[in-house]
Amino acid sequence: MGAIITLGILGILILYVGLYKAKNALLPVTLLGLVVTLGFLVSDWQKEALPLYNGMVIFDHLALTFSILCVLVTGLILLLSKEYFNRISSNVAEYYSLIIFSLLGAILVNAYHNFAMLFIGIEIMSVALYILVGIRKNDLASNEASLKYFLMGAFSTGFLLFGIALMYGASGTFDLAALQTYVATGTDISPIFYAGILLVLCGLCFKVGVAPFHFWTPDVYDGAPILITAYMSTVVKIASFIGFLRLFSEVLVPLDSFWTPVLLTVIIITLFVGNISALMQSSFKRMMAYSSVSHAGYMLFAIVAIGATSASSILTYATAYALASIVAFTALILVKRKTGSDLFESFNGLAKRNPWLAAVVTVAMLSLAGIPLTAGFIGKFMMFNNVMGNYHVVLLVLAAINAAIGVYYYLRVVVSMYFKTENENAGSDLPIPTNYKIVLTLAALLTIIIGVYPDCLIGLL
Amino acid sequence: MENIVDQIQGVPLNHYIIFCSIMFAIGVTGVLIRRNIIIIMMSIELMLNSVNLLLVAFSAYRGDPSGQVFVFFVMALAAAEVAVGLAIIVMVYRNTKSVDIESLSKLRW
Repeated sequence: MGAIITLGILGILILYVGLYKAKNALLPVTLLGLVVTLGFLVSDWQKEALPLYNGMVIFDHLALTFSILCVLVTGLILLLSKEYFNRISSNVAEYYSLIIFSLLGAILVNAYHNFAMLFIGIEIMSVALYILVGIRKNDLASNEASLKYFLMGAFSTGFLLFGIALMYGASGTFDLAALQTYVATGTDISPIFYAGILLVLCGLCFKVGVAPFHFWTPDVYDGAPILITAYMSTVVKIASFIGFLRLFSEVLVPLDSFWTPVLLTVIIITLFVGNISALMQSSFKRMMAYSSVSHAGYMLFAIVAIGATSASSILTYATAYALASIVAFTALILVKRKTGSDLFESFNGLAKRNPWLAAVVTVAMLSLAGIPLTAGFIGKFMMFNNVMGNYHVVLLVLAAINAAIGVYYYLRVVVSMYFKTENENAGSDLPIPTNYKIVLTLAALLTIIIGVYPDCLIGLL
Repeated sequence: MENIVDQIQGVPLNHYIIFCSIMFAIGVTGVLIRRNIIIIMMSIELMLNSVNLLLVAFSAYRGDPSGQVFVFFVMALAAAEVAVGLAIIVMVYRNTKSVDIESLSKLRW
């Protein structure tokens, strides 16, 4: 609980720091606040998990682990932010504070125990992001991304709310525990409850960006500033998935014969649309956007084969994906700064110019593709294992085909780094600031450590 | 207060559900087919307000106030969302001099 209050105060504090022009204090204050938040979250670990504030939020192990993951990932992204934001505008306090508010929303979504909190959390998380996506005020692509994200976000909220209203009409409660008893005991579940499930499913699918509700994802990820894209594709996606997982694993499990076929269709469409579109991209950033769609599809495996291991496999997969995405987007920031474009060609010859950066990016790409000894492999392995336990053999075969397609477009980056020569007028080598070095090393090391000793992560949940 | 609840209950619950679904569908259609950004936003408001009406109707029929409290949350957050949304539209308008959704087609695969 302390975590939510700390983040709320921190966001306002940062605005004041910006007001009094203490620009150099911004990043230290923000990071300090995140450390305090982390402390509160860790200290809640041993306590008995009870719903707080009339059953509004619950900090059980699921919420705590994923909140810690979100805070850590935000910390890594903020470490990259300093000169990145300074290049966009001279008033940067708002950006930090918006990121913190968005993180607050993400933690509420992780820990909700009442539909009101799910709705409020998603809104806090998204409204801050609508602004962040559009912070390049004079850049048309950023404007367009911001507007599209806003319209699609508000649209999907409408579906989510209509679904919640129908579920309330059938059961008479917004509380997850009460809904659980309604679903578990009621033999005569009202048909409007089923309609509610479908609409909530649509709303959440929009939020996590799986096909056929994915069409905003590539445009928004492409148009947003790279750092914000990194934040969106990690923290926001993880939090939305936990919202998804908590609803389905705690409340809707007894009705799985109703929603499993729907979810299976969604997954199969997502995998094919995501991977085949990613295959045809010439821009690295857009490839990452489509790859995030396909990764969302893999993460849905844990929900379709819901069981005791679902949470820990989502944890492993999400951690692996977040670390690899951070490396990929950081490298893209550096490369784009030098070449001015985010096409695959801008990676040409990186291995010769900067072998270390190329090696780190290679680790990230291998992890995204799911090659053994990286965290991505463990994540994929656990997801496939879940599905195999539930005998969805067709799904497994299709997923394996898609994993193979994925290897192709991830390795394209590696090929252009190592085997292609850059154009003559490329100029000098690219300078890497120290904070970027720290983040890249940390993320790549963690990717390999989790790949070799996955037990340190799996044992948590 | 009792009087209002009686009045709400004077209309059968199914009528509320059908009416709200139709209103919601009109909102969805508006978002999908209209080209003017302001009208798209109005359609989204229509979707949210149909949800509010549905929640109030369910709440009155069940005699449970939590549905009405939820409506307040929806209204407050919808207002916040519209504030941000209009700001974004103003930003877009400054750059493109248009509120037509077709004027934004820079991002395309």
